[in-house]
Amino acid sequence: MTIRRALALLLAPALLLAACGDDDTATRRDDGPVTITLVTHDSFDVSDEVLAAFTEETGIEVRLLPSGDAGSMVNQAILTKGSPQGDVLFGLDNSLLSRALEEDLFVAYESPALDEVDPELILDPEHRVTPIDTGDVCLNYDKAGLEAAGLQPPTSLADLADPAYAGTLVVQDPSTSSPGLAYLLATVAEFGEDGWQDHWRALRANDVEVAAGWEEAYYGSFSGAAGSSGDRPIVVSYATSPPAEVIFAEEPLDEAPTGVVEGSCYRQIEFAGILAGTAHEDEARQLIDFLLSPTFQADIPLTMFVHPVIDVDLPEEFVEHGLRPEDPYLLDPDVVAEQRDEWIREWTEIVLR
Amino acid sequence: MGGRRDRLGTAAVLAVPAAFLGVFFAVPATTIVLTGLRPGGDWDLGAVGDVLGSASTRRVAWFTLWQAVVSTALTVAVALPAAWLVGRVRFPGRSVVLAALVVPFVLPTVVVGTAFLAVLGPDGPVAAVAGWVGVDLDLRRTATAVIVAHVFFNYAVVARTVGTAWLAVDPAAEEAARTLGADRWQAFRMVTLPRLRPAIAGAASIVFLFTFTSFGVVKILGGPRIATIEVEIHRLTTQLLDLRTAAVLSLLQVAAVVAALALHRRAGRPQGVGRLAAGRSALRRPRGRERLAVGLTLASAGLLLGGPIATLVWRSFDTASGPGLLHYRTLGTIGRGRALFVPPLEAVRNSLAFGAAAAVTALVVGGLAAVGLRRLGGRARGLADSTIMLPLGVSAVTVGFGFLVALDEPPLDLRTSPVLIPAAQAVIAIPFVVRSLLPALDAVPPRLTDAAAVLGASPRRAWWEVQARLLRRPALGALGFAYAIALGEFGATVFIARADAPTVPVAIFRSLSQPGALNVGQAMALSTILLVLTAGVVLVVDRIADARIGGF
Repeated sequence: MTIRRALALLLAPALLLAACGDDDTATRRDDGPVTITLVTHDSFDVSDEVLAAFTEETGIEVRLLPSGDAGSMVNQAILTKGSPQGDVLFGLDNSLLSRALEEDLFVAYESPALDEVDPELILDPEHRVTPIDTGDVCLNYDKAGLEAAGLQPPTSLADLADPAYAGTLVVQDPSTSSPGLAYLLATVAEFGEDGWQDHWRALRANDVEVAAGWEEAYYGSFSGAAGSSGDRPIVVSYATSPPAEVIFAEEPLDEAPTGVVEGSCYRQIEFAGILAGTAHEDEARQLIDFLLSPTFQADIPLTMFVHPVIDVDLPEEFVEHGLRPEDPYLLDPDVVAEQRDEWIREWTEIVLR
Repeated sequence: MGGRRDRLGTAAVLAVPAAFLGVFFAVPATTIVLTGLRPGGDWDLGAVGDVLGSASTRRVAWFTLWQAVVSTALTVAVALPAAWLVGRVRFPGRSVVLAALVVPFVLPTVVVGTAFLAVLGPDGPVAAVAGWVGVDLDLRRTATAVIVAHVFFNYAVVARTVGTAWLAVDPAAEEAARTLGADRWQAFRMVTLPRLRPAIAGAASIVFLFTFTSFGVVKILGGPRIATIEVEIHRLTTQLLDLRTAAVLSLLQVAAVVAALALHRRAGRPQGVGRLAAGRSALRRPRGRERLAVGLTLASAGLLLGGPIATLVWRSFDTASGPGLLHYRTLGTIGRGRALFVPPLEAVRNSLAFGAAAAVTALVVGGLAAVGLRRLGGRARGLADSTIMLPLGVSAVTVGFGFLVALDEPPLDLRTSPVLIPAAQAVIAIPFVVRSLLPALDAVPPRLTDAAAVLGASPRRAWWEVQARLLRRPALGALGFAYAIALGEFGATVFIARADAPTVPVAIFRSLSQPGALNVGQAMALSTILLVLTAGVVLVVDRIADARIGGF
């Protein structure tokens, strides 16, 4: 093979593909619309046409900047305080809220659209952050897996300490995973600040498995996920994971292969805020309004698999296969902010060491 | 040689790589470490003692060290037969096998981790074999899994580095020893092994470097109970924002890496005695019992390297309704609620484009660095050479977070610029480029340049006619390898890839973090595509350059 031919072989496809991809960016540069940046976590998603509708309505282009998981995103925002990477941040949840507010990351904005939102979700009376969606971290179980093991689905957190459930549960490390932290908080809410430790000792005696993150737990260890290699029939996941299994199934399913333990859920509320230091505060406000608009809110369930905060129709799969816990656990964000690191440290000693 | 003009020239040549590595590596990394050690502008040197003295640091450091030592020793032991294959044996399909060896090295750890979970998990083949003899085996979340994966990743480093050194050892010496009555093993031990020792030591110190700083493998296969220093830095930085502890651990890791590099440098170059004359080949067809050895080596490599890869490829075709192309067919479309904002196929395009830019950048910057280092010579060269290797030893999260704090002001507000992706990839690829080009530069016979000068060529013309000609193949080899590295790079890219321009590894990672069979299937399909791409690149490179892939 000659060198020239080899070089062509190596680089031609890249150059070709790069060339045909560039045609649209060139035209977009022309002065015109303001572009603002929405900093998000990696799980953020939105339909193209929904974002396009915002641009059409306001003339504002939105650039998305995923910055890792929620914890990593907030820490990056703290590091870049005053010189933010974007104009609006989305995806801050109630367990991280106080830390972000203490650091003065946001400028206050009370959106008129908040009228439509359940006041209980507005955790910051100064409106530095605005609630956008809610989700529930719950125990999921593999219907077939439990049946094969001759077990009934658990009905409460306490059930998991029963030796009958030994070797069935996989959770995430709360120091590296947001659902892992939510589940730890659920046990704190259930067993009290002085009682949760014993529960986890019992879980450890029951051979609880700990994965680093949601992916490892759900695909690596949980037996109910399609394509999973795991053998544990119970996992910490979301209330909306069963509808996701149905929607993303390769062959149409009549029934979700997994179920949700209603009495095990911890509520996560996700917020958006305008980052202090933005040069586009006015446009940022319009984006916050848009995040609360029916257009965006109706798009939330099937893109991010969480619930909207205003009253919009839910997709059929959500109603049919999903579950909305009536009375989920929820801790005061100030208590969480104060105790979080200590709880994680204690948990690590009890469960991992 | 010498003289002011010469030194000025050397400085000018080295200025480019110095500036590049300064902006995209040294300044960000230093800034973040200083943020941790100088909170509010005052030195907090007590942190060093606190962190180093803590039980958790000792536990993490100890695990990091022993798993790296065991991984390295095991890799050398397991890959040495393959090195013999590379250095001595002619067999059908040789070039394909040589290229295939490198594929694991450039695969993203997310992908390999997932494949290994399937192989080592309770439903995998390893557990099945153990089950026959009545042992209940689940290797997930164990140090064993981490070490096995390390051998998988680094097999090629030993096989190819040592194999290439072996190619250069004249078999005549060993044959002479045998004529004098030595048996096969004695002849190897007394004649060939001493000549391979520098290559073995060099390869081992590189494997040590990679396994000591291992991140993705440990995170995915080791579970939350075990952590290397690198994993701990990541956790402290991204989740706890404990930059103080993270800074001390970063320094500790750099110290270890510098030590490993010093060892690497001392391992030295292969000896000149007994070197095979140019144009002759040490390769020959296996005879008699050698055939069995070849078969066994190929089979074991096939099992170790092929097993996880085959699992991965199989899962990309394995759909709910039997084997099929579903996961591939859907790559071109963007579904609702997909983890990406673009059809996954577009990630392939991004990867190819970014990779090409990164490879060219790495070649230019690394090439200048190699030329400059060559001109430096002596101790300075050794030091500068090691410095260029440092990006491989500093955690991606340190650099990634460093970008955020250091590159935030015009004219260098590059934090969200698309330029950052190929630049970050190039930083990782540059050490490999330099390592490939330096020996090639060293090998240019000075007599040729002198001859050109005598014949009246200007220095520039002489350089172009002689050196440039001789360097073309190694340069192309380096370019291709840099390309393969950039295609698979994940750690640094994931920090800076934009939502609308994910690379393949980033797309794989995002797909894996969504529920539903289709997302997993697509991740596997993308992994398979990445695998084919990198194998293809390496195969092309092998055809044109010699076997010194990556310069190790």
